[in-house]
Amino acid sequence: MQTAHSRQFENAVLKNYLLDQAYDEMFAGSGELHPHCEPLLEHFSSLPAEELQRRKHSADLSFLNQGITFTVYGRDEGTENIFPYDLIPRIITAAEWEKVERGLTQRITALNLFLKDIYNEGRILDDGIVPREVVYSCKHYRRQMAGLQVPRNVYIAVCGTDLIRLENGEFVVLEDNLRVPSGVSYMLTNRRVMKRIFPQLFRSYNVRPIEQYTQLLLGTLRSLAPEGRPEANIVLLSPGVFNSAYFEHAYLARQMGIELVEGRDLVTHDNVVYMRTTNGLRRVDVIYRRVDDDFIDPMAFRGDSILGVAGLFNAYRAGNVTLANAFGTGVADDKALYAYVPEIIKYYLSEEPVLQNVETFLLTRPKERQHVLANLDKLVVKAVGESGGYGMLIGPQSTKAQQEEFAQKIEADPRNYIAQPTISFSRAPCLIGDELEPRHVDLRPYVLYGDKVTIVPGGLTRVALKSGSLVVNSSQGGGSKDTWVLSQ
Amino acid sequence: MLSRVADSLYWMSRYLERAEHTSRLLEVNLNLMLDEGPTSAERRWQRVLQALGKPKRIEWKGDPYGLTRTLTFDTEHKASIVSCIIAARENSRHVREQISTEQWHRLNRLYLQVTRPEMQSDGQVEALQEGTSQPSEFLQSVMEAVHQFQGVTDSTMNHGEGWQFIQVGRYIERAYATTLLLEAYHEDLWAHPEQIAEGNEYLEWMGLLRSATAFEAYCKVYTADLTPDRIFEFLLLNEEFPHSVRFAIDSMQCALEKIQGDGGRSRAEALRRLGGRLQSSLGYSSVDEILNQDAVAYLKSIQTQCREIHEMIYALYVDYAIQTALAG
Repeated sequence: MQTAHSRQFENAVLKNYLLDQAYDEMFAGSGELHPHCEPLLEHFSSLPAEELQRRKHSADLSFLNQGITFTVYGRDEGTENIFPYDLIPRIITAAEWEKVERGLTQRITALNLFLKDIYNEGRILDDGIVPREVVYSCKHYRRQMAGLQVPRNVYIAVCGTDLIRLENGEFVVLEDNLRVPSGVSYMLTNRRVMKRIFPQLFRSYNVRPIEQYTQLLLGTLRSLAPEGRPEANIVLLSPGVFNSAYFEHAYLARQMGIELVEGRDLVTHDNVVYMRTTNGLRRVDVIYRRVDDDFIDPMAFRGDSILGVAGLFNAYRAGNVTLANAFGTGVADDKALYAYVPEIIKYYLSEEPVLQNVETFLLTRPKERQHVLANLDKLVVKAVGESGGYGMLIGPQSTKAQQEEFAQKIEADPRNYIAQPTISFSRAPCLIGDELEPRHVDLRPYVLYGDKVTIVPGGLTRVALKSGSLVVNSSQGGGSKDTWVLSQ
Repeated sequence: MLSRVADSLYWMSRYLERAEHTSRLLEVNLNLMLDEGPTSAERRWQRVLQALGKPKRIEWKGDPYGLTRTLTFDTEHKASIVSCIIAARENSRHVREQISTEQWHRLNRLYLQVTRPEMQSDGQVEALQEGTSQPSEFLQSVMEAVHQFQGVTDSTMNHGEGWQFIQVGRYIERAYATTLLLEAYHEDLWAHPEQIAEGNEYLEWMGLLRSATAFEAYCKVYTADLTPDRIFEFLLLNEEFPHSVRFAIDSMQCALEKIQGDGGRSRAEALRRLGGRLQSSLGYSSVDEILNQDAVAYLKSIQTQCREIHEMIYALYVDYAIQTALAG
């Protein structure tokens, strides 16, 4: 997507660095370097190509040796790949971060209030702000949660919100991930590798630390323990070693010093959850679960699940164990509900949203549907229940046949899809071969909510490593890079 | 500690011990083979297979290097060295948060070395798989990696319950493998020594000792005068040599007692008795007594007892019924 804006830089590393209408994280529109990127560019242009390659290889090998890999589904079981890693850090200034932090705090607070409301009184539904059918037709709505009190009224203890930057540089929310967001271990290990490979550069920037994340997460989980359990036994529930995020589960459990359990390690008896140890059964108080609602309790949810624990939901209902996140949070990150989040924020907090949404067309509304069907070649269509970049149509990059197929799917089940304008979100410099080239990036900061809201300054910057690609998911050729939030 | 974790640590350790043992056995026999005529090759390699517990579907077909390649690389066979390393690493992956980062790195590097040779620059593994290189170096590097793993395990992991399960796994595997080794050699060295080709006895005795890393240790105790009875005694009953059956059973029993001490369960009494009985038998038997009676039966009874101990560990710590645990 090169436009009239394209211009050539004289610096040799930048010979393939072409600007277009997307916001560039290194250069302002006119080709001026953002001041905070000067030392960065200077450092990288001063290193010989071989030295850069050597450091890149050293980083890759370090990920492989540490076993920081993810599993690709649909191939041989256990096929492991390293998550591609880009050496150039992405830099966020203190002022930019301040706004992001304020916006995310506001958003998680409002979404928590929304969940409490719809599973109890349902005021927002009575007042007609959010249509009932949007909530009740969501496949992540859990009627089992109706009328249930959750500890501290915290439904979403951990969330990872996807942000992108528009052409004017403004951060907007693309997606709220309120079920079992992943990737935080990459944020932490990227930082560790970066500090090892570019120590001087790192030191010369005043980067705010993120290493405290696991301790904060543990504190958050502890604050949600059931009443009367001072020495709470906190565990992390993983689907097991074949899950694509298993490395992360093991990493977090080890860093927090808690047990990593699988469904088969847990049993319930008289509405109390125990884990099987070599010394008999031991009671479990808080479960940081990385298993989806559907699979977590074959008695309450999907009966064919072998990953779950029979009777877990009843123990939860009885208040004998806390789950983070609670069941049924997925209703608030439904892609159709997303369109109502600004209204939700205004309704509960009487504030204007700090972070805006991306314009979203709801296909259940006939007028918007017609508009979308007429403009499929320009819009992005997403299935509401899918994630990971699956079930998506990117209009400008699609064929007529694909558009036809989506048109039929939309007509058949309009509630299942939403559409958004194709946004050329911001691009950051990446090391491609021996040169720097711009690639599209997003940002996923991690928000914790226990007795208060905490956000470590940073997040996972995902990169669409293929030139021109707008898909950053690791399952589809995405990579990641370290994210530096500056302290001033 | 979670039962599943104990299970994985135990098997991780057993598989690594097995990979090391198989590597050494192959390395020693490839080396000794060079000193003999081709006529005794079949006997030698049949014995290797027997010492490995006769792995399923692996047969002697007249080609020592082919057999070595199968026993080393063929992941179709669970007994191969690479299969054992994959299984050990898979078990360690299941308990990634329980072992130290240093342990994981060492084991994962070994795994990558044998499964993703393209990451190693020297092309050693490809050359081996294609049969253009001698396997000796590869086998030695596996043994070295396992030794390093044990060192890292001892120096970076808490010597708590998990570490004890690692000890149990290693020593039960070692005791079992050493009795199999003695059994395989029994026919040739003690029952019908006359069948060994003239002048080759010394080589065979040395081979047996070296298969259990025992040659130098033996010489320190008895000098280089190799005699079959002393070798049998050394590998079975020596109290101080880490690869003897007695040492392995003592160490296993010691680790089990530590685990029971942590758990303090009366149900462990039966396990304690079982281990103690085997330990005393090895501690108080004399080699003449064993060799004069049915030595093979004695070795087989040790194997049976090892299996019973294994099953009892499972019933007690891993695979117990929930009702009994709740009642206790």
